[in-house]
Amino acid sequence: MRVIAAMSGGVDSAVAAARAVEAGHDVTGVHLALSRNPRSYRSGARGCCSIEDAGDARRAADAIGIPFYVWDMSDEFADEVVEDFIAEYTAGRTPNPCLRCNEKIKFAAVLDRALALGFDAVATGHYAQLRTAADGTIEMHRALDHGKDQSYVLGVLTQEQLQRSLFPLGGDTKDVVRAEAERRGLQVAHKPDSHDICFIADGDNAGWLSEKLGPKPGRIVDEDGRVLREHDGAYQFTIGQRRGLRLGVPADDGKPRFVLDIEPVSGTVTVGPREHLLVDTLECVRPLWCGAAPTETLECTVQLRAHGAEHRARVTVLDDERLRVDLLDPADGIAPGQACVIYDGTRVVGSGTISRTERIAAARS
Amino acid sequence: MDAARSYLDHAATTPMLPEAVEVMSRELGRVGNASSLHASGRAARRVVEESRELIAERLGARPSEVVFTSGGTEANNLAIKGLFWARRSPERQRILFSSIEHHALLDPVTWLAAHEGARIDVTPVDRQGRIQLDALHASVEQNPDDITVLTTMWANNEMGTIQPIREVVELAGRHGIPVHSDAVQAAGYVPLDFAGSELDAMTVTAHKLGGPVGVGALVIKRDVAPTPLLHGGGQERDLRSGTVGVALIAAFATALDLTVARQAEQADRIERLRQRLVDGITRIVPDAVVNGDPHAGQDHRLPNIAHVTFPGCEGDAMLMLFDAQGVEVSTGSACAAGVPQPSHVLLAMGFDEVAARGSLRFSLGHSSTDADVDRVLEVLPAVHERARAARLVRGGTR
Repeated sequence: MRVIAAMSGGVDSAVAAARAVEAGHDVTGVHLALSRNPRSYRSGARGCCSIEDAGDARRAADAIGIPFYVWDMSDEFADEVVEDFIAEYTAGRTPNPCLRCNEKIKFAAVLDRALALGFDAVATGHYAQLRTAADGTIEMHRALDHGKDQSYVLGVLTQEQLQRSLFPLGGDTKDVVRAEAERRGLQVAHKPDSHDICFIADGDNAGWLSEKLGPKPGRIVDEDGRVLREHDGAYQFTIGQRRGLRLGVPADDGKPRFVLDIEPVSGTVTVGPREHLLVDTLECVRPLWCGAAPTETLECTVQLRAHGAEHRARVTVLDDERLRVDLLDPADGIAPGQACVIYDGTRVVGSGTISRTERIAAARS
Repeated sequence: MDAARSYLDHAATTPMLPEAVEVMSRELGRVGNASSLHASGRAARRVVEESRELIAERLGARPSEVVFTSGGTEANNLAIKGLFWARRSPERQRILFSSIEHHALLDPVTWLAAHEGARIDVTPVDRQGRIQLDALHASVEQNPDDITVLTTMWANNEMGTIQPIREVVELAGRHGIPVHSDAVQAAGYVPLDFAGSELDAMTVTAHKLGGPVGVGALVIKRDVAPTPLLHGGGQERDLRSGTVGVALIAAFATALDLTVARQAEQADRIERLRQRLVDGITRIVPDAVVNGDPHAGQDHRLPNIAHVTFPGCEGDAMLMLFDAQGVEVSTGSACAAGVPQPSHVLLAMGFDEVAARGSLRFSLGHSSTDADVDRVLEVLPAVHERARAARLVRGGTR
């Protein structure tokens, strides 16, 4: 196959590209320029937006011996990912821009361009496994290394996209990949992993958002409506957040308090005890299925945030646009905007975007 | 050249002439610092000075006017920063330059504006990429006394459009304003006569005319004294310090000598190849537009550059598809970060961003053959079709 290897400048995508070559594919390396002004993004060795990262990717492609180009996807990224990120926070939700980028950029804008240019597939350094089922459909499974597994951020991919994807690293651990990079003489072998959101250089999401959105004063209240303090932007808070609330006075019972709710219009942030964060029912919108949409209620597991735990659940398709998820083990800190990725064992079934949660406590009180 | 590939990016760099490779290899085997006083030093010195004399002769300059540098970028920096620093005063802070200069000139100018208080006036260009003399005239006359230096490239590197250097010198000369020209792209493709041009300073570089990368020269009149950028041993007329590269300079001289000697004959040959190329391109892609000055000749356009806009395509995509087919072209001047930007030259010429991104530069040179043109035309239909399809998936908004 003719394959585009998306190369971020990190070790994973470099090894993935090398493996695609070794598997006999005709591989072309592409670094995605996602920032409108490359100098404005992070300049360290972490992330995938800096000039250094582009240089690292180019160096790796040269070492592997494949053609390499930079594709300017900055407009698409700004429109589809950054704008969406800001809009979601403005609406009081907590988005995951990595999922959004996979859904709209890497396996959409990039894949479409690759196909139009005569390529057959896109390879990335994501840790997930693809298997071909008896009927020819492609199944996506968790990576062998559950600690590195990235199937959660790929849970938005449809069968059509999976048919055109390659994840050469899913069957290995990070240590194996690093050792292989070293053996192949790739300079990026010891580059640290990226963790933060790539377009927020210093990892300070709240600071970045307040710069973009400006002050939006509001109040932090407890469940009885008592005002605990003022704040200058509800987007600085995430449901389930405990640190950095700076409430001053302790709760009556002395227990730590958590963000329970964010009301975007008034900017009111409600805090309360951990027990009140527990939810057992979710509603999701924008369901996306890796294969055919299920026709009956699924007995499955769900993952509700990146690197989060699995919860046993029952998923019911309400209609084309909505899912109801009943959690058999309640979960806490579930923020609308996050993805609910549905698994059958290790297999990814699909996903939805959490739009509403029902707290156990609220339901009972 | 690899027989399986067709190199049409001579404006980026052109292969070294075999004679230059031979001279350089020979000189690399020699020991001797041209500044040393012993026999080996004297021998090295002799090579450098004979090279300087040959280069001067071929450029219509005096040997003492040739200041060797590490290349075109350094020569431009020396000319612009050096003349600005040497001539500035509270009443004189202005730099005049054209909107289509190469980054090696544009960036020193904008750096001076950002860090050294220079006021900069950009001379606009017309749709062919030629500076508007009326605008330049008005800009000069507005206050001739506050201009530190005026610079206009000899020929544009993306379009090949040749600039009216004679007229520019005339405008400035009557006020005693020093005039510099970046002649990097022009050298070897059109006749250059430094004395006849009456320029004060002119930049040339070896690797665009069959010499090695890493050496160039600022040709500069004796009575013009820019402030040096590099301080040290003062090897080059005290304007430029650093041990001179004997082998680089010898190869530069050989390449320049041969290229100038063959210039007329090569220009005719290359112009014919270019004509075949653009005829073929416009036959295969009828809506393709050949940009710049349509006329050949030393007052119009370099013989070796064909700049073409392909409506509905992205230059980046075409470059990649051509590359996969063994054809090497450019979208314009290469950019440092590898992030494709629409060319400032095309934007200055009045192109919109979409058209600017949808353009390619084909540049020919001494090693170009009919077979290179044939290969471009052979693969163009498929390349064009795919690039068009790729552009469509972007929704046609960019």
